[in-house]
Amino acid sequence: MTMTDTAPLTHGIDLDNLERPLAEGGESMDVTLKVVDLDLYYGEKQALKKINLDIPRHKVTAFIGPSGCGKSTLLRCFNRMNDLVDNVRIEGLIELDGQDIFAKTLNVAELRRRVGMVFQKPNPFPKSIYENVAYGLRILGIRDRRVIDEKVESALRGAALWDEVKDRLEDNAMGLSGGQQQRLVIARAIAIEPEVLLLDEPASALDPISTLKIEELIYELKDRYTIVIVTHNMQQAARVSDYTAFMYLGELVEYADTKTLFTNPREKRTEDYITGRYG
Amino acid sequence: MNLRQQTREWWQSGNPWIWLNAGAVSVSVLMVIGLLLLIMVQGLSYFWPADVFDARYQEADGRIVRLIGEITDSETIPVARARDNGYTLDEGTGQITRYVVKIGNRDIYGADFKPVFAPFLIDITYPRDLIVGERREWGNFYGYPLRLLHDGKVVAEGEAVPAALAQALAHVTDLFEQVEGLRKHDIGKINYQMERLRLERRRLELDGVKDPSAYADIERRKAALQAEYEKLNARIAELGRELNRDSLIIRIQNDQEMTIPLAKIVRVYYPNAMSVFAKLGTYFSKIWEFVSAEPREANTEGGVFPAIFGTVLMVLLMAVLVTPFGVIAAVYLREYAKQGLIIRTIRIAVNNLAGVPSIVYGVFGLGFFVYFLGGNIDALFFPEAQPAPTFGTPGILWSSLTLALLTLPVVIVSTEEGLSRIPRAIREGSLALGATKAETLWRIVIPMASPAMMTGLILAVARAAGEVAPLMLVGVVKLAPSLPLDGNFPYLHLERKFMHLGFHIYDVGFQSPNVEAARPLVYATSLLLILLIVLLNLTAIRIRNRLREKYRAMEH
Repeated sequence: MTMTDTAPLTHGIDLDNLERPLAEGGESMDVTLKVVDLDLYYGEKQALKKINLDIPRHKVTAFIGPSGCGKSTLLRCFNRMNDLVDNVRIEGLIELDGQDIFAKTLNVAELRRRVGMVFQKPNPFPKSIYENVAYGLRILGIRDRRVIDEKVESALRGAALWDEVKDRLEDNAMGLSGGQQQRLVIARAIAIEPEVLLLDEPASALDPISTLKIEELIYELKDRYTIVIVTHNMQQAARVSDYTAFMYLGELVEYADTKTLFTNPREKRTEDYITGRYG
Repeated sequence: MNLRQQTREWWQSGNPWIWLNAGAVSVSVLMVIGLLLLIMVQGLSYFWPADVFDARYQEADGRIVRLIGEITDSETIPVARARDNGYTLDEGTGQITRYVVKIGNRDIYGADFKPVFAPFLIDITYPRDLIVGERREWGNFYGYPLRLLHDGKVVAEGEAVPAALAQALAHVTDLFEQVEGLRKHDIGKINYQMERLRLERRRLELDGVKDPSAYADIERRKAALQAEYEKLNARIAELGRELNRDSLIIRIQNDQEMTIPLAKIVRVYYPNAMSVFAKLGTYFSKIWEFVSAEPREANTEGGVFPAIFGTVLMVLLMAVLVTPFGVIAAVYLREYAKQGLIIRTIRIAVNNLAGVPSIVYGVFGLGFFVYFLGGNIDALFFPEAQPAPTFGTPGILWSSLTLALLTLPVVIVSTEEGLSRIPRAIREGSLALGATKAETLWRIVIPMASPAMMTGLILAVARAAGEVAPLMLVGVVKLAPSLPLDGNFPYLHLERKFMHLGFHIYDVGFQSPNVEAARPLVYATSLLLILLIVLLNLTAIRIRNRLREKYRAMEH
């Protein structure tokens, strides 16, 4: 990894002269997801306006902003979850490792295998804990019981859930607590070894202790995965992320490394938001 | 506080609504209980071996006759009606009781039942040696057993008759069952194979095969079957001779002697001499006969087993046919189709299908399934059987299909309901793991919606099991010669006609030559039909509850 924290890798986006955020590292910058001039419309309403940003590999990038600012919408573009919504129109480009994810030839299921996602509310399947984690593997066509056993265990360990559930893998996942369910869902997502992990307010439905566990987990996972997290909790963004993007009314207002954004924001709107003046 | 205010407060408190709702529920429950009680009392009392009296009775013309029989019904009527019938009665008596007495011995008197006015029935006694017998023909007999004959020689007389009769009857019943078994099973099988050989030969002719060796082969097999048939026939004749050696002589109410071959007797009992437990034994054996035996005497006696079997098989076939159709249609409507005007129209059409009178489905089934589909199937696959139809005639397959069509809306609507209740988050969870839409449907959504599908199926089964009208057009008959499921390959004969409890009720109740005798059977059969539907439903509900337990994710 050639990126350093001291280098001026990031700065806010200025829509008027359309500079590429995070682009100054040039070739040395290791970008996983690259968003170029992204517009998204729900029918007539424009939800994302000319978004440009690069998401670095094996770092945690947080999207913050008030409700309805489009941060979840942007996140759901990365694995094309917005395809499921009627009347959505997307213009612009998103590249995953240089590959256009809106290309006609792209296999969406394949994309979603590479870009895992964890939702706001824990959504385990009404199956056993084991089957929940094995689900993605079975979809991949893995039949070998031993391979599945191993991957289930390593995923559950990876999600810091193994010790709690190892004796009751056959129990229904609906019997777990909310925090455990959310970690199970993370285990389910990492079992198929994606490159990117999208977390859509993963701790908003959880109690403080479970939230803390999820945050610790995010910290551990970033060595192996590129993580994008949406949160409306600024402390959380400050604690877990390396880079933070502040969005407001469908625009990317400022994108910088987390420390800079929180201590020395360039934009007035960012400052107002992080100091709690609105939002 | 005045009365008006109080009334207003009471009205506002909501109590009137509670009373209204609870009242409506109570009335419904009472009506259901009343219905069940009526059917149970009327249906179940039929099997009870009632006491038989021996009395003298003064007819309208003043003659005194002897009367042996059992009281099956009684009602209170005005005296005037008795007088209209020619009986002399005092003016002021008002009401009198009229009994319906079952006197049996239909072959002698021409009728099973006799209306009797209570005041004219005198010297009633209940002799312990009175015998009641059920026969395979001509209904019950009542009388005093006199002698038991074997090859025309007396083997028992007077007191010794009951014991000897029981023994002889057991032997004869055993022989009779052997003969029936041979007739039904072995000869039935030979007949079936003979028919197949005939069809095989006809097919060869139709195919223009000239090779005489093929025909010779068929002839050889036919000859073998014929030989076997002769052998069986000889065996039956032998058993038949053995069967007809025993007979019973009884004295009936007009002091005539009557000879009854034991081969014609199903069961005998002495109701006046029986304890309550002995009666219970007979009672349950009669109920068992009712559910396990085949009907006799134009369905007015014997059992209803073929009808039970037909009903269950038809309903199961219907369930097997309607579930995939309904589920696939619902999945398309809810998951794949673009929700718009067309889908809305289709949905309304489907819902309206549920309101079409069932007889209309029968007409459709007859026109489309039987004549069109069946006729074409016959022309394509069974040319050798022509002009006799194979599938081009009403049968159990067409009945099941017609009822499947009838219950399709129910399954579609409840499946759609179930699909729409699966949380979006669960579907997205699956899609986000790289599952395609089809994989998500098959692995997550449909299993989770299966309780709703079962609910649809439960409603469908309840409706189909009780439906009679369309079946009369597409496959049900008064008396089916053989069950649609038997030991002859291919075992399940979907082209056969079948018997159905609902139709049986109609047939026994309205088409029976002996209405008075058949009436209790109508109730008994109704009770059985209700029990059967309840049983089918309970099974389905159990399955649904287990599925629900398994997929209880959505009840957050």
